[in-house]
Amino acid sequence: MNLDNLRDKLGYQGALLAAAALITTAALAVASRATGPAIAAAEARDLQQSLSQVLPGKFDNDLLKDTVVLPGPDGEVTVYRARRADQVEAVVFQVVGHGYAGRIVCMMGVDKDGHILGVRVLKHAETPGLGDKIEPAKSDWIHAFTGKYLGDPVAEKFAVKKDGGVFDQFAGATITPRGVVKAVKGGLAFFAKEKSRLLDTPMIAGKPAPTEKQP
Amino acid sequence: MTYARITKDGLWDNNVVFAQMLALCPTLAVTGSATNGLGMGLATTAVLVASNVLISALRQFISAEVRIPVYVVFIATLVTLVDMILNAWAHDLYKVLGLFIALIVVNCAILGRAESFASKNAMLPSAVDGFMMGLGFTFALTLIGGIREALGSGTLFAQAHLMLGSSFAFLETTLIPHYKGYLLMILPPGGFLVVGFLLAGKRVLDRHLAARAAVVEAVPVTA
Repeated sequence: MNLDNLRDKLGYQGALLAAAALITTAALAVASRATGPAIAAAEARDLQQSLSQVLPGKFDNDLLKDTVVLPGPDGEVTVYRARRADQVEAVVFQVVGHGYAGRIVCMMGVDKDGHILGVRVLKHAETPGLGDKIEPAKSDWIHAFTGKYLGDPVAEKFAVKKDGGVFDQFAGATITPRGVVKAVKGGLAFFAKEKSRLLDTPMIAGKPAPTEKQP
Repeated sequence: MTYARITKDGLWDNNVVFAQMLALCPTLAVTGSATNGLGMGLATTAVLVASNVLISALRQFISAEVRIPVYVVFIATLVTLVDMILNAWAHDLYKVLGLFIALIVVNCAILGRAESFASKNAMLPSAVDGFMMGLGFTFALTLIGGIREALGSGTLFAQAHLMLGSSFAFLETTLIPHYKGYLLMILPPGGFLVVGFLLAGKRVLDRHLAARAAVVEAVPVTA
């Protein structure tokens, strides 16, 4: 059968589209299987890296395996716990602020007394040159949180200077730092509220105890 | 069509950005720095070569009536494959470029080359065309990114080591130390401005070259 004649047939065109869809889907399925483990490993490495940035000090457990999921200010929060000799020394969790251009996802580490160990911005879409000073690569601003807790500064001072607080804002960008400060404050409040549950869940034979979930 | 012609078309005469004025959306979006421009250009080149070869190989089977959906599905698949592969095995590069990879799907230059070149030519010329068009695109993006970065933040190829590996760290230069930055150039309007000036510059240069060629032709060389 001549291909030139065949090409104009309706059936051929349907079959061609079907074949194209089949081949491409198969290729994607194979690629997804092949790259899946490597992608998961790379993402775990990223997470580990961001955890260690907000967790100075030494811990003897695998944070990624010692987690509790609790209802937080923005839906469920996964809390990673760092232990030394089976005692929870610090916890790390994500908080989300609302900046000038959408969500600002931050990772914060809090020690067992409620002091901030560090805050890092994981993801944001703030204006380059203005709002991106929340990144440690661009400015030291984010380090101002280290060592702070609810009480120093007191709740009403836990804000940017423009709102009567203690944290600097940036020239030309107030909404971004305001969003981050609010998120961090929310994170501390979350820690205070859930403190007993975050610190007291014992380890059972190297595995975290079953996590409680509120309905 | 000779390979020299294909090369010249891809790099200059029919440059994706400066002559065809295609792919302006990703062009404006990623050229905040020379490094981003270079990375986007190279990723696009890879997709362009692969899609040109694939479509050229299958051109006998693809009927004219349904060619566009077939091209679109193939291109989208190739881009997704590049996306997955980079994410898995070049994760640091992916963190820099990840946002832009998906943009390659809507790069009309790739569909444009499939339609106007690969569907009518053999595989080898199609591969060369894809490569040269890609290089021309990379050149344009790196140039625009370089100008915007130099004016906007006073650096060139900042963070190149994240993308190309630490052996390329020598590319990173600070042109103006303690530069406060000129924000407009980094923001989207800077992209429009730079592309506009470069387009105008290319027109002037081309006209100048054409005029000189005409003079050379008119005056017979006497020796």
